[in-house]
Amino acid sequence: MIAIIDYGVGNLFSLQSSLGRVGAQAVVSGDAQALRDADKLILPGVGAFGDARERLALTGLDEVICREASRGKAILGICLGMQLLFERSFEYGEHSGLGLIPGEVVDMAPRLQQGLKVPHIGWNALRMKRPEHPLFADVREGECMYFVHSFYADRCAEDTLATAEYGIELTAAVARENVMGCQFHPEKSGEAGLRLLRAFCGMEG
Amino acid sequence: MITKRIIPCLDVRDGRVVKGVNFLGLRDVSSPVALASYYSECGADELVFYDITASAEGRKLFTGILREVASTIFIPLTVGGGISSLDDFERVLTCGADKVSVNSGAIAHPELIGQAARRYGNQCVVLSVDAKRVNGRYHVFARGGREDTGMDALEWIRRGIDSGAGEIVLNSIDTDGVKRGFDLPMLADVCAFADVPVIASGGAGCAQDFVTLFREVPRVDAGLAASIFHFGEVSIADLKDTLAGADVNIRRVRHE
Repeated sequence: MIAIIDYGVGNLFSLQSSLGRVGAQAVVSGDAQALRDADKLILPGVGAFGDARERLALTGLDEVICREASRGKAILGICLGMQLLFERSFEYGEHSGLGLIPGEVVDMAPRLQQGLKVPHIGWNALRMKRPEHPLFADVREGECMYFVHSFYADRCAEDTLATAEYGIELTAAVARENVMGCQFHPEKSGEAGLRLLRAFCGMEG
Repeated sequence: MITKRIIPCLDVRDGRVVKGVNFLGLRDVSSPVALASYYSECGADELVFYDITASAEGRKLFTGILREVASTIFIPLTVGGGISSLDDFERVLTCGADKVSVNSGAIAHPELIGQAARRYGNQCVVLSVDAKRVNGRYHVFARGGREDTGMDALEWIRRGIDSGAGEIVLNSIDTDGVKRGFDLPMLADVCAFADVPVIASGGAGCAQDFVTLFREVPRVDAGLAASIFHFGEVSIADLKDTLAGADVNIRRVRHE
């Protein structure tokens, strides 16, 4: 059983449907025991980092996530959910993240060349840094995924699985042992996204 | 780098897809779910659904269909038509829409753009504008292109972006349904200042029109069309081959 962590941000309908499509049993839950009982966790998220971080703290789910991560449970953060895995973010002030992956989340706008639009929204090709990672068992270099974001994870080269080129290299996917994340939305990335979700669902542990 | 997007647009009334020519004389085409699946498999980068139903019953039918589409197709979905309040945003987002397109509702209640952007984020708010040349200026038309508001389209778009619209769909009434290509001058005028994605709509008649669009107005992010896709005049797979052959950066779908 896979648990999609419900902490009151975002619409989880598409994510749950996409997991159903790849044949995974998924439950949407904000209940600590349900998350402990699940084989794998998915941390979704849309909106601002600060709000989401606060909700995780208020619900106490941040501690549950960190404990399950330390026990070796596979966790996949998606979009803002991936950003929350890092140590800190500079979106509207400085906020501490879950600290499961070293690195920080920064505004892309000042780093982009002139004329490039923010948010980075649309389909962009993956550049594999670690094509052998099990998440990419059935995803190849150059396949496009759907991105919507204005901030990106930086100083995390060691754990970066793939990037997307937007004048600069944007972190597209990361993994540190059992803790994984993708900046793009696999549940909105067509067949390629479903293949990635299927790979996550089929991982050992 | 971000690819140019190809977006089929489905007008839905009472649960069926229709497409108007110059907004008049609607023709029934097909089932929204079947069409959406077909487009997704052919490589459509996004789908836009406009609910052109007037009745409450038809609206209920529409949200049911939206839910079915959203659980079947895993690419971004934009929904518009009859959106005039935050409740309307909530209603379609709950059914699986990723973005919500506002048009007449934003003309009547301009504050809706900012309210929705604050609640759901700019990326969720699409400002759709029907524009037409009147006395050498672009005017905004409301109510499906039937009513001249007298507002200057460029000013309206600028104001929409300032208020939080994360994307602009620019539909030229002058070229819509004519099938002789997109309205390049109008698009260039909007792209000259818009710092959010601009989606071109109205006028596509063949694959070459998309090549011309992305070449002549490189800041356009996407091309939207309905009838040429629905009637099979242009298949999305062939269109993408043509665009790739013309060195336009687009997403290819892997088939095995």
